[in-house]
Amino acid sequence: MTWTLMDKCCNRCWHSPEYPCRHYIRCRLSGPLCHEDVECRVRRSRRLKEIRYGRHGFKINVPLASCTIAAGAHEVYEAVVKEVKSRGILADIHRTGCMGMCYIDPWIELSKKGMPSAIYANVKPSDVPRIIKEYLEGDVSSAFALRNRTGNAKGEDKVPLLDELEPWRNQVRWVSRNCGIVDPESIEEYIALGGYRGLDRALNMRPEEVIEEIRKSGLRGRGGAGFPTWLKWKIAREQPGDVKYIIMNADEGDPGAFMNRLLAESDPHRVLEGMIIAAYAIGASKGFIFVRAEKPLMAERLSKAVEQARKYGLLGDNILGRGFSFDVEVILSAGAFVCGEETALIAAIEGRTRPRQRPPYPATRGLWGKPTIINNVETLAHVATIMAEGWEKFAKYGTEKTKGTKMFCVTGSVKRTGAYEVPVGTTIEKLVVEIAGGPPEGRKIKAVQIGGPSGGCVPASLLSTPIDYETLQKAGAIMGSGGIVVIDDHSCMVDVAKFFTSFTVAESCGKCFPCRIGMKILYDILEKITNGEGSEEDLEVLEELGNVIRSSSLCALGGTAPNPVLSTLRYFKDEYLAHVRSKRCPAKVCTKLVEYWINPDKCTGCGTCARNCPSKAISGELGKPHVIDKSKCIHCGQCYIVCPVGAVEKR
Amino acid sequence: MVNQTVVNVVSSIVARYRGERRYLMRMLQEIQSRYGYLPRRALEELAKLTGIPLSEVLNVATFYHQFKLEPPGYYIILVCMGTACHLKGNLDNYEAMKRFLGLGKYENTAKDGTVSVEKARCFGACSLAPVVMVISRDGKERYLHGHVTIRDARRIVAKYRSLALKKIKGGGS
Repeated sequence: MTWTLMDKCCNRCWHSPEYPCRHYIRCRLSGPLCHEDVECRVRRSRRLKEIRYGRHGFKINVPLASCTIAAGAHEVYEAVVKEVKSRGILADIHRTGCMGMCYIDPWIELSKKGMPSAIYANVKPSDVPRIIKEYLEGDVSSAFALRNRTGNAKGEDKVPLLDELEPWRNQVRWVSRNCGIVDPESIEEYIALGGYRGLDRALNMRPEEVIEEIRKSGLRGRGGAGFPTWLKWKIAREQPGDVKYIIMNADEGDPGAFMNRLLAESDPHRVLEGMIIAAYAIGASKGFIFVRAEKPLMAERLSKAVEQARKYGLLGDNILGRGFSFDVEVILSAGAFVCGEETALIAAIEGRTRPRQRPPYPATRGLWGKPTIINNVETLAHVATIMAEGWEKFAKYGTEKTKGTKMFCVTGSVKRTGAYEVPVGTTIEKLVVEIAGGPPEGRKIKAVQIGGPSGGCVPASLLSTPIDYETLQKAGAIMGSGGIVVIDDHSCMVDVAKFFTSFTVAESCGKCFPCRIGMKILYDILEKITNGEGSEEDLEVLEELGNVIRSSSLCALGGTAPNPVLSTLRYFKDEYLAHVRSKRCPAKVCTKLVEYWINPDKCTGCGTCARNCPSKAISGELGKPHVIDKSKCIHCGQCYIVCPVGAVEKR
Repeated sequence: MVNQTVVNVVSSIVARYRGERRYLMRMLQEIQSRYGYLPRRALEELAKLTGIPLSEVLNVATFYHQFKLEPPGYYIILVCMGTACHLKGNLDNYEAMKRFLGLGKYENTAKDGTVSVEKARCFGACSLAPVVMVISRDGKERYLHGHVTIRDARRIVAKYRSLALKKIKGGGS
């Protein structure tokens, strides 16, 4: 076993979880503090250098997070191992998390002393030997980007610096600073990069002072509602009684938002550190991490972080000798969207289902009737960073009402899908067009859906809207957890509204009837409209019913569920009208309103469509172009689906 | 004596969690990881041993998405229904897969028990949209397919179906 920063430098160090040393964290980097010994000091700096450049001065970073693994990072990792072995070179193959630029997945980063650190994009296992060979020969010309320039490598001037790239330059990497750099399964690396300093600082303050620090920072909950974090804590702190709980909400369920998974998989210790600080601030002795079982890597990395923190005395009794005791249990959530609602989440931990009426709010009466704080992953990561860096640096960013940065996941019709961190108040346009690259060639942005099933669609004309809680609310959307889906002219807004409505219908817990029945009626009307059976009266019902559901539902799920319908009605009434008046779907998405025809130039006459047509509307001789009989066609779209050459077209 | 083993399995799980209500979700998860779904008999046994009414056990078992009350196929094909995947046509893929297997509206598992096709929530792999994930019933195998087209959809079903047939015949499962 190699000596790590976490271990004793010599026998004079006496820190252990049973007998914790107050200076343990500070001592890791700038120690030894309790004795003077050149050897102990050198040992630390040597190890730090190893972490930075690898033991042999050559380090290959391979990102292993769910998204990069999905894109083939495991295979790339194996290819790297194989290549390093067969070349007989000395290199550290280093696992990291994801840096959020999903469109270059899987990437690898090579850094050798004296050479620029080079990132290669969309790497296939078969590319690995070539990349390593070129890099070792001092040629970086095929790299995607460089972290720095040294002037030593061939082709350096042709490759842009990472900091010059649009999607990187425009970001403020505050909470995601370690993502793609640190090994998510190593507490040592996190500490080497300044981790747990925030906890150390917090424990030197009184809990009230910690709450005050967060108040000054202006941090608001990043889970959706934007409630001031300090206020929640203060309320819980002031409740009488010894037993209080803190829950980390890592049950991300919003389709199209994955920043919490990314953070927890790429830098889990930061999130855990924030949780310990929050527990100290409110006086909780027990915490729960509620993480979705369907996201196994996220659960695994958080569990590992908890184990490591416990091993070195950052969880447990008398943390860092400051008399504060706290421990964490990881709970695997069986998954339900409504668990994003605080009282439903608490019910899930208690082994029950469904939300309940608020007040009382969880901060006063929560888990098992005790004061309980629920913070989401990103909020807690912000807490750790604010405590380490100081509130001033955080409050420098953002708008007057909402300080700091926020991570957004931009997906849908954009060239550069990814999770990007920008100051709150950045315009939608900057995020979607400058950072994410806008839609592919030939497509036009029609709308931007923000906030998932609880959010709304903002039309292209409002792209200059700055993203913060208040402005988005005015525009009919919500910030939500920060999922942004770009919709182009190939998508039908009624269909989009129907999609989100079908989501909430399926996720409605069924406890209160406005949501349970109301949403089903909304869905049925949308179904009618997309089938070409709707009337203008239906549009009025949609609006009226939507407002009723919004104002009368028990919890926030129902209270926000009509947003996708109401916002599309508000901005895209013409599309609804095209569906009900002229029975036409302008984007050619709603199958019942689309006419199918077979392009004779493409049709090979294989007969697949004719065999699959349920109404026998397709005829033609084998080997010759087929035709669809319009009078028999039931618009099921099967021929479009089954055609092997794409000869069936919509018009 | 199948029921006897169900009793043994459930009672050892219940004992590990001392039958506490707060571990109900955890106990159900363990039963499911053992059987691939929640057999009715196991739920009845769980209710009896813990004293939690069967209606309450079923309440939790039917409320959360992870739990299945019917045995799934050897491979479970999860078609992502996240927003990005929907916009890029994953519903068409889903329909194509079901049609390929000849499944009706409320059927999800092929009659030979080889594969199930299910709608799933966002995997967070939106950059690869539309995405299809395939997992084996025992959770040991996991494959992800990105940028799936209609033609891929049918290929994926065919591929895992024949893989499953081989494994079932080879004494797997």
